[in-house]
Amino acid sequence: MFEYDFMRTAFAASGVAAVLAGVVGFFLVLRGQTFAGHALSHVGFTGATGAVLFGLSPLGGLVGFTLVAGIAMGLFGEKLAERDVAIGMMLSLALGLGLLFLHFYTSAATQAAALLFGNVLGVDNSALLTLLLMAAASLAALAFIVRPLIFASLQAELAEARGVPLRFVSAAFLAIVAIATAECAQIVGVLLVFTLMVGPAAAAQNFSRRLAIGVALSAGLALAEAWGGLTLAFYSDWPTSFWITALSGVVYFASIAARRLAA
Amino acid sequence: MSALRFDDVTIRLGGRDILAAASFIVEDREFIGMLGANGAGKTTLMRAALGLTPVASGSISVLDQPVTRGNSSIGYMPQNRGLALGVRLTGYDVVASAAIGARFGFARLDKATRREIDWALDHVDARDLARRSIGELSGGERQRLLLSQALLGRPRLLLLDEPLISLDPAHQKGVVDIARRLRDELKVAIVFSAHELNPLVNAIDRVLYLGAGAAVIGAVDEVVTGPVLSRLYGAEIEVVRIKDRFFVMAGDVDVEHDAHRHEHGDHVHSHDRGDAHV
Repeated sequence: MFEYDFMRTAFAASGVAAVLAGVVGFFLVLRGQTFAGHALSHVGFTGATGAVLFGLSPLGGLVGFTLVAGIAMGLFGEKLAERDVAIGMMLSLALGLGLLFLHFYTSAATQAAALLFGNVLGVDNSALLTLLLMAAASLAALAFIVRPLIFASLQAELAEARGVPLRFVSAAFLAIVAIATAECAQIVGVLLVFTLMVGPAAAAQNFSRRLAIGVALSAGLALAEAWGGLTLAFYSDWPTSFWITALSGVVYFASIAARRLAA
Repeated sequence: MSALRFDDVTIRLGGRDILAAASFIVEDREFIGMLGANGAGKTTLMRAALGLTPVASGSISVLDQPVTRGNSSIGYMPQNRGLALGVRLTGYDVVASAAIGARFGFARLDKATRREIDWALDHVDARDLARRSIGELSGGERQRLLLSQALLGRPRLLLLDEPLISLDPAHQKGVVDIARRLRDELKVAIVFSAHELNPLVNAIDRVLYLGAGAAVIGAVDEVVTGPVLSRLYGAEIEVVRIKDRFFVMAGDVDVEHDAHRHEHGDHVHSHDRGDAHV
């Protein structure tokens, strides 16, 4: 299958997005903010459809919108009680707006399907380069904030007392999540971002109780699931996103079983 | 030198004076038990000393220095309602995250830091506990592990916020014994807040009682009396003493016991905070 140009590009693109999603997703799960990640992808849908409507690049709209929404969410703070409802409302509002944009856009159906469920085979070389640069910048930013991020995630009160700027860390992290979400959306679509961002990370935390091993495992699992999905799609002719979700689901439920057995 | 000094400190949260012109001095190497009803300001007092809650008037000094945020001479153990207990990480990784968590720029867990972590764990006999996942530890074991974090950076003053909460009497005694030993071995001052005096009464040097915006510090015999507590609680209080045990009664209700039970049955309210924590 590597004799095809589009397959090589697809492998490269999904590999980049998967590693980023695995690493970022690990901290998203650690912080219990998976719902926020899910909502960000829906905001990205609005951005992408809006961009298409105005003749701009969908990837640009996707990244721009998720980034703004991510930073806003982080600065908004963590009023736990209201958070789920507020995020949920934002999520449906974003999808509704995206639907409106599609309504005005004539060739809606294929565009919508690609945005919602991904189209990794449609990634071209310039998009691949963009994904690569964004992933590198995100991982560098994450490395910079990772120690305060872990501290604040595990023990916010103590971290605050030790001088960690909680709000900055939270906003910076959600900005990184926004980029990772946008990358994932390119591969599996906005509706299925969970499958690469959360599935491998949650499985990794079930398999290992060490931090560093967990992060590496999360990235490795995401990569294996993305590439495994592509390979299975190539030979079965079923959608790539379906196979990635299937693999992600199998690995996650296996990790729960493994945790039960170990306990 | 004093470890912690409040001069005419007023702290106002949500339109209410938590402390109103309160003054007291905690001496160096002193073990202080801090008591008071829910909402009397025990947590707020600690947060003010850490520079996290602003004072409306008056001044606070820590080891003769003005209050600063991220003060490394204070070791703090919060109540940690927010501690991610569902997490399966080892205790060691949790403590390590605190040891290097204030540093941006991918700080390495170097040899010196690892030695510091081991030193802190050894002081609370938690080296073995640290290999296990924090979710698997019992309440008393977890408190010991969290206590070790307060020792990182070798502080001179420990602020321990309700370390006895939800522990059974045997584990309560264990934690109090460790605190007392830390005071002796590390020569630190300790402010240890609690709902009940009895687990602490044989270990502490003096008691700091909060209530009605005031703070009264002194020997247990002088402070834990009917007249003083009646003023702090704003109600008629009778103190009954049986050998080394104190019962603080309002009418026929045991005030401290009742507060304790209330705290357990109702985790939603956080009376002691007074402010929404961001």
